[in-house]
Amino acid sequence: MFGFRVPLPSLIGLVVLLAWAVVAIAAPLLVPYSVGEIVDFDIFGPATDQFWFGTDYLGRDVFSRILMGARVTIGISLAAVTLAVVAGVGLGMLAALLGGKFDSLLSRFFDALSSIPNKLFALVAVAGGGSSIPMLIAILALIYTPGSYRFARSLAVNINAMDYVIVARLRGESFFYLARAEILPNILGPVLTDFGLRFVFIVLLLSSLSFLGLGVQPPLADWGALVRENIGGLPFGAPAVILPSLAIASLTIAVNITIDNLPRKIRDRSA
Amino acid sequence: MRTVLFQLLVGRLAIGLATLFIVAIVVFSATMLLPGDVVEVLLGQAATPEAIAGLRTAMHLDDPAPVRFVHWLMGLLQGDLGQSYVNNLPVADLIASRLPNTLRLAGVTAAIAIPLSLFLGITAAVMRGTPYDRTVSILTVAVISVPEFMTATLAVLFFSVWLGWLPALSHLNHVDSIGDMMRVYAMPVISLTFVVSAQMIRMTRAGVIETLDSPYAEMARLKGASPARVVLRHALPNALGPIVNAMALSLSYLLGGVIIVETIFNYPGIARLMVDAVATRDLPLIQSCAMIFCVGYLILVMLADIVALMANPKLRG
Repeated sequence: MFGFRVPLPSLIGLVVLLAWAVVAIAAPLLVPYSVGEIVDFDIFGPATDQFWFGTDYLGRDVFSRILMGARVTIGISLAAVTLAVVAGVGLGMLAALLGGKFDSLLSRFFDALSSIPNKLFALVAVAGGGSSIPMLIAILALIYTPGSYRFARSLAVNINAMDYVIVARLRGESFFYLARAEILPNILGPVLTDFGLRFVFIVLLLSSLSFLGLGVQPPLADWGALVRENIGGLPFGAPAVILPSLAIASLTIAVNITIDNLPRKIRDRSA
Repeated sequence: MRTVLFQLLVGRLAIGLATLFIVAIVVFSATMLLPGDVVEVLLGQAATPEAIAGLRTAMHLDDPAPVRFVHWLMGLLQGDLGQSYVNNLPVADLIASRLPNTLRLAGVTAAIAIPLSLFLGITAAVMRGTPYDRTVSILTVAVISVPEFMTATLAVLFFSVWLGWLPALSHLNHVDSIGDMMRVYAMPVISLTFVVSAQMIRMTRAGVIETLDSPYAEMARLKGASPARVVLRHALPNALGPIVNAMALSLSYLLGGVIIVETIFNYPGIARLMVDAVATRDLPLIQSCAMIFCVGYLILVMLADIVALMANPKLRG
């Protein structure tokens, strides 16, 4: 693929990711039961032929709820990571190209922002802005923009010192041209791997927020919220607590092993 | 040379204080976003306009935001954290009753996690490439890739539900003996240790491997020094700076872990106080808790910086 040999762990990771992508898109067609429907009198029921992942604290089908939760978790996280990386890479390239005061001011500002612990930042922001879905996306994007900025900027600064960029500059090319045609193509590989890692961080933070009851609000439920609402089943070892966590783990670990085993040419951060 | 080190330390301190100031601005302005009027919430629907106006003046809510920010910051510096909106108790009292619990949890965890991760990190680095190293690496990566609440729930499932050794929840009211205390702290401490150690082991391992790969370590090997001597006398002293740095940085992961662990185990610490405050939108409480957490975090990060500086022999006088 892309002229590279793809190693087996990467392939497994990719298959898991593709599967979750399909689930996220087609969830309403795949669920055996409606997510809000109470299908069984037995709460925290075990996995059976009828209810593959058991039942939750109200007797709803856990399998259906996890499939629909994939939409919420992956949707919010993808939107947030896209915003964060686009903003971070855009500003990072701008800072590298402009240099000087703009660069140092922006870098200082983002350094200060990123010195606030993520969870704490999220708690304070949720306290201020509430936990509607657009707000959650904005908060998550804001928290992970500084890291993306710093990463893209350090790459762009290196490219900016290359002869061909200096020549393009002397030709009188515009900033937009320099960013789009000279810098971006050369930092794209590492930026995409950074996108993947940042996606994992966002999934974890979103799940943690929802687990605390401060993220996605009912009736919608992401995977973190599913763990929270079923935490009462923990003493019985109910599948309703364990399986949503496993869903998160399968997603984040799949991204990690896919990226870790990518050919060095794509992933090399010092590019 | 001593003056160079001194200047660098003062510089770090200044950066730390500047960061704290920016953090204060962020915390203050985030809580400004809150929709709705605090006074109307406090007084309820039956409040007369006069009462509302009076309380607004008393709370300085009509002042422009920068003035209120300065007021708030001055209050913080003098130890006046304000009153909780929800139960009208002084925030300082609420925090004072919870903070020792959290510090104790963090302290016990650090006391277990640091030696444990030093041991696992260093041995994994020395035995690089062996099945032992690979097992440690895979486990640490697994713990890092999953949310903290999953690590904690799996720990409960394993130790409390399947093995039945420990109670799943913490209650601090019936602590009579050392045995009781160990049972109360066991699950939160075990969960936190998992979360924090994973980071520390990774960083320690990376630090030791880096020094083992250095030319002087190779030289020591070539001149026939025993493996133990190469590690203990040549590699470790030089890896100490990065390792201690890694310890301080990882301890700041305690923060994220503490928020989750206190919630799961119903542990009466300051992190749960803050999560509850966010749920009830108790602004003064949120602001104070956030500042306390940030101060703790910044102290750890600064400590990491300072240790890294001190460990650099070029800067030692």
